Amino acid sequence: MRLDLSRAVLVGVVILLVAIVVLPVGWLFIYAFADKQGHPTLGNFVTLFTDPSFVDPLVNTLILSFSVSAICCLIAAPLGWLAARTDMPLSRTLRILVMASLVTPPFVGAVAWEMLAAPNSGLLNQLWRDLTGAEDPLFDIYTMEGLIFVMACYTFPYVFILVANALDRMPGELEDASSMLGARTWQTAIRITVPLALPVLLAGALVAFLQALNQFGAPAILAIPAGFHTLTTKIWSLFQFPPKSELASAASLPLLLLTVALLRLQAAALGRRGYAVLGGKYGAPRVIRLGALRIPAAMLAMLVLALPLFLPYAALINTAFSPIASQFVTPATATLKNLRFTFLELSSTMPALKNTFILALAASTLGGLLALLIAYIVARQAVVGHRVLAFLATAPLAIPGIVLGVGLFLSYAQTLYGTLWILLIAFITIELPAAYQQLGSAFRTIHPELEEAGRMLGATRLRTLWDITAPLLSTAAVATWCFIFVAVIRELSAAAVLFTSETKVVSVLIFDLKESGDVGAIAVLSLAMITVTAIVIVLANRLGGARLPTRV
Amino acid sequence: MRRRSLIKAAALLPFGARVASAAPPAEPVTQALIDAAAKEGKVTYYTAMDLSVAEPMAKAFEAKYGGNIKVSVERTGAERLFNRIAQEAASKIYKVDVVNSSDAAHFLPWKRDGWLAPYMSEAMARDLPPEMVDPDGMYCNQRTHLSAMAYNTKMVAPGDVPKGFLDLLDPKYVGKLVKAHPGYSGTIMTATQQLTRELGWGYLEKLSKQKVLQVQSATEPPKRVEAGERAIAVDGSDYLFWLAKERGSPVEVVLPVEGVPQISNPMGVFKAAPNPNAARLLVSWIMSPEGQQFIVDLSGQYPANRQVKPKKGRPPLSSIKTWREDPAAVEKEADQIKAQYARYFKV
Repeated sequence: MRLDLSRAVLVGVVILLVAIVVLPVGWLFIYAFADKQGHPTLGNFVTLFTDPSFVDPLVNTLILSFSVSAICCLIAAPLGWLAARTDMPLSRTLRILVMASLVTPPFVGAVAWEMLAAPNSGLLNQLWRDLTGAEDPLFDIYTMEGLIFVMACYTFPYVFILVANALDRMPGELEDASSMLGARTWQTAIRITVPLALPVLLAGALVAFLQALNQFGAPAILAIPAGFHTLTTKIWSLFQFPPKSELASAASLPLLLLTVALLRLQAAALGRRGYAVLGGKYGAPRVIRLGALRIPAAMLAMLVLALPLFLPYAALINTAFSPIASQFVTPATATLKNLRFTFLELSSTMPALKNTFILALAASTLGGLLALLIAYIVARQAVVGHRVLAFLATAPLAIPGIVLGVGLFLSYAQTLYGTLWILLIAFITIELPAAYQQLGSAFRTIHPELEEAGRMLGATRLRTLWDITAPLLSTAAVATWCFIFVAVIRELSAAAVLFTSETKVVSVLIFDLKESGDVGAIAVLSLAMITVTAIVIVLANRLGGARLPTRV
Repeated sequence: MRRRSLIKAAALLPFGARVASAAPPAEPVTQALIDAAAKEGKVTYYTAMDLSVAEPMAKAFEAKYGGNIKVSVERTGAERLFNRIAQEAASKIYKVDVVNSSDAAHFLPWKRDGWLAPYMSEAMARDLPPEMVDPDGMYCNQRTHLSAMAYNTKMVAPGDVPKGFLDLLDPKYVGKLVKAHPGYSGTIMTATQQLTRELGWGYLEKLSKQKVLQVQSATEPPKRVEAGERAIAVDGSDYLFWLAKERGSPVEVVLPVEGVPQISNPMGVFKAAPNPNAARLLVSWIMSPEGQQFIVDLSGQYPANRQVKPKKGRPPLSSIKTWREDPAAVEKEADQIKAQYARYFKV
């Protein structure tokens, strides 16, 4: 099967992917192994690994990632099971709320948790002291534990979704057989359900580990006041002027390699899932009756969701309307000062909103189209060499945002830096793997016979695509568009390296405001950002009947 | 006469590092300049000044010229501002028109490398003490502030109020301090150079053991003390402490007995400014009695313009035992200060 113009399209897409994926990573390697004059050297690594100010962040990051991963599994697995396999009330609401925590940018969550749990001025700690008369705070967010907690809050949705989806799909027959043979409910759970779900849980643990490893947002907010660096904040600080590009690149490589290794592990773990779904169709999974535990289970689930959602949003709203962030707002003290400041005085607000909107729109449209094209070529094996495309489109998964930012800067400092284009490239590259995987799996559900029938009846390839494939794909396409849009709005790590004064986006503006502690404006901007996100999701749902993608 | 005062200034003070050429003649604000500025329609102002002052000041300038010239304020810590400008220049991006930094040392390389354009407004020539104007007219001091200590009166008993830096090493202050960072803030960079010159690095090493809450900008400790997050600020922009106190928050300023770090805030026009006329008009207005009065009324910082009286209720600068500012030394020591500081405070 050959595409019309297939060779040209393939070459074009490969060149594009080389420019946005291979080049940045290539420059990273070159810089990492060269000294300032460009001579090959291992000196950068020697400098890094003998300097405690680099080794400490490495250790911190590992502690952080292990802890976040473990906590996410401990929380998300039971929660996912409750949502997927039991008759717990509100399980649909639970899933929507989990998506809402996924959509909340971690740096916004981190700022909100500062408002809640800064040791003295935090609202929760104030309440705690008032209620108990205690001297010590209930919870100090400016600690390693505090950062682990916040990161877990915004990472557990990934694990939850993996687990819940797997449990949704898990055949009920095995469990039925188990109980028919006389096993009790809990025996069935331990002997059948848990082993079947284990590979997915392992994959979830790795996803959480990766998220924690590569995250910049929450550490950027909390690590400095807590008095330590993580790998990502360290790379960022190395990139301040004069940018120590060699050191920043060298520091990026361990992160890159670790990520690649973990992704391989994850693929292996998920690959094993195959044995559970051999042959034929299965009945719907059994629903476990919780009986008297129904209500407590739902309450527990809502309590968990209070941590990433209800409490932080309450804190943001409180701060937005309060003269001082550490005061509980009352009708008497409520003020529009922060709103007025953010929208009328702060001269960066409108340009940042505009830039964010343009970039989100462009990245979701162009990135979606690119992913669609690649997914089509790969799914239909339309040209020789399609595997290269699949590899290149998935490769950015292995590149942490901040590392990609550094790589893009090294590649395009003299050309695209200072324009929105470099940010657009960064955002498309970051979101390409997820978009591609999602559309790829959508293509796999459409049998090529449908297209072939169209072709046999005399329609051109384009006409077939338009009349047959496009309608079948529209739901997935809208979902992908929506996914990229939301992801771009919350992206900080690459943007923090690539922005200039005229190409600031909202996430960077919030990051800048954090530097001077202007929490009132941060609260207003965060709420504005979330509102826009919510509107987009609702609209996309209405228009395309799409659900937010649940793939990570 | 003028020449002599310049030489005297050069011997005395930061700005007159050397006298190579005479300052450019004062330029009055002409209708032609206003028209040209309005044609440009905007001006980009990079500053380290707190947004609560910088944005209203920008709005006042816009109003003065009928809303024809929009000011975009790019605020961040002076050290990051310096990085940003250098990084943009390295990529041949020229966005900055007017720059105002709380680290006077930044103007030395900018001037040396020919990045600044000479400009002498009427007020600069007429109303400023000569030592506050660069001999070549590349920049002038916009205003002066201090890095002060302060405490939350609800959190510190009267007997426990620290009198100066050395008091803060007392074990009773462990976990009660907040401090800004010389790697981000120009105010703190300038202050740290003075502090380590006067008290030695040993002081900061001991201070770092006091479980200090580390924030970035010098504008943040005032907000943290006002919010009650920490009882005492080791440093921070004095005008923000005063403003908090004046709006009724439980904040009291301490001028450390050992000496108070003094920070000038130079301002200059960039040679590559995309809006050179609007840039000059903005500088001219900020340095004029009207602009200076606006800054004083709003924030109570010490004006550079001698026509404008400091804000009532603030201690006069002459009554304060300030430490000497030394931009040349800051320029030389900046990298070492950042590295050493990071070693002690871990970030």
